[in-house]
Amino acid sequence: MCRIGLQNRLEARVSDTNTTGNGTTETKTASHEGEPNRRAFLHLTTGAFAAIGVANVAWPLIDQMNPDASMRALASIEVDLDAVEVGQSLTITWRGKPVFIRRRTQDEIRDAKNVSLDALPDPEADKSRAENPEWLVMVGVCTHLGCVPLGQAGEFNGWFCPCHGSHYDTSGRIRKGPAPKNLEIPPYQFVSDSRIKIG
Amino acid sequence: MSGESTYQPNNGFTKWMDTRLPLLRLAHDSFVDYPTPKNLNYWWTFGGILTFCLVTQIITGIILAMHYTPHVDHAFNSVEHIMRNVNHGWLIRYIHANGASMFFLAVYIHIFRGMYYGSYKAPREVLWILGVIIYLLMMAAAFMGYVLPWGQMSLWGATVITNLFGAIPLVGDSIATWLWGGFSVDNPTLNRFFSLHYLIPFLIFGVVILHIWALHVPGNNNPVGISVKSEQDTVPFHPYYTVKDGFALVVFMILFSYFVFFAPNVLGHADNYIPANPLVTPAHIVPEWYLLPFYAILRAVPDKLGGVIAMVGAIFILFVLPWLDTSKIRSARYRPLFKQFFLIFVVNCLVLGYLGAMPAEGVYITLARISTIYYFAHFLIILPLLGLVEKPREIPESISASILPETAASPAE
Repeated sequence: MCRIGLQNRLEARVSDTNTTGNGTTETKTASHEGEPNRRAFLHLTTGAFAAIGVANVAWPLIDQMNPDASMRALASIEVDLDAVEVGQSLTITWRGKPVFIRRRTQDEIRDAKNVSLDALPDPEADKSRAENPEWLVMVGVCTHLGCVPLGQAGEFNGWFCPCHGSHYDTSGRIRKGPAPKNLEIPPYQFVSDSRIKIG
Repeated sequence: MSGESTYQPNNGFTKWMDTRLPLLRLAHDSFVDYPTPKNLNYWWTFGGILTFCLVTQIITGIILAMHYTPHVDHAFNSVEHIMRNVNHGWLIRYIHANGASMFFLAVYIHIFRGMYYGSYKAPREVLWILGVIIYLLMMAAAFMGYVLPWGQMSLWGATVITNLFGAIPLVGDSIATWLWGGFSVDNPTLNRFFSLHYLIPFLIFGVVILHIWALHVPGNNNPVGISVKSEQDTVPFHPYYTVKDGFALVVFMILFSYFVFFAPNVLGHADNYIPANPLVTPAHIVPEWYLLPFYAILRAVPDKLGGVIAMVGAIFILFVLPWLDTSKIRSARYRPLFKQFFLIFVVNCLVLGYLGAMPAEGVYITLARISTIYYFAHFLIILPLLGLVEKPREIPESISASILPETAASPAE
């Protein structure tokens, strides 16, 4: 074929240049078996550069879908607890989700502490869930499929999810139903006696 | 040009696929073993560059649409939100905004390339016409895209351009109202422009496929403008032109990156960082640089309808270019007179662009009128006459003969 003929001619020309430029030895070393030749080297380095370039371009295009700066700026909020009496709850929004803040009664605290960890599907002591036992702070999203549970309801007088019947106790731990985990405790700290910072 | 397919499916899946949907065969025959004239120069790399531009605009555009709000109360702020809050949003928006300019830069070079080497002549008239359609769609997309940030230039650019339709006798006002969805450029206008701005790139994509199809029937034109006579005149597209196009693309991306990273706003207008105000028009209103020549033509004519006709005519005259040029010789290399007139034509287009950016007063108007008349004279008088009076230079026997002057078999160039 003529096209193959042309390719041969071009290759012949390439090796001609090598010979005239650097002496015959280089053409010979370049064609040693097993040695990568100049073309293979160029292929490899060009390909590597292209791959790095594509990865660098791809990252901003992917990362743009992550939470933006205005979302991240809302990642923590402060809540005033002055008005919450014993036995009352407060539901606030944090990162678009409800957060339950409950000032528990002595009965509820006692119920939560008196449960044997063996009886729990997701064993967790009440004191590790509520550092200050009076205040229970939880993300109000059922760990089954994301519904918001009802407060002071269900068989354990804690929370009950109406979607698929998950029962949580007064410490927000799963006791019965399809949910796999206890209600999540968000990161929080008391800024003062009556002020809490979530996130 | 399209000879026997040389595609060989080499495994079970590709063999199975080849008898059902021979997509790989099409790709192979179009972009791998496609016989391409062996003398194409770097002016021929802009087709690939333009494809890159289109894909870049579509990808960045889809991303911007994820964060943008097409509402008069939110559009401006959502663009600032993209610039300040969205991760890498500034980069994506600057690529999109400057990408439009890069797209037009490349398309102008591509069009002038076609004019210089006579790529619009038989048998490539349909290829040329499809190209002009793409160019028109690009202008529509660029114009509507410029409206979306809802700055002062957006609003008043949209007002001026949509008012052009008002020049149409009898139904003009109704058409303008229909375009606006109201009695001025307002929220419904912004909404529909966003919708259409999203649609048009996909229309362009479709016409690009037709453009490439129409290219691959007669095959590429080339710098000497004579048809391929034997396989000796061609090389396979891959690796010869994939590598050449790739190299040109990298050089183009360096220029692109310069604008995106070091001068992202020089091609824009500062007034578009002022939120749209329907009560105050900016003192000096201009379109983006790539529309300036047509803007100059619009303003050169001292009549509303006449100006619109001249401006639209300046673009639509490109459709009939293949029939206005009476010369059978394609490449300007062998047309000594055309070569000079082509140069004057390019300079005249640049002058029109300059005048479009200047205020419409005094000497600028006179110059714009002269330039406008020359623009049309080039197509309507010079090109038809040149073909009749010009004595072309001697044309080589074949592409090979033109680049291998001594003997066709010698490898020396």
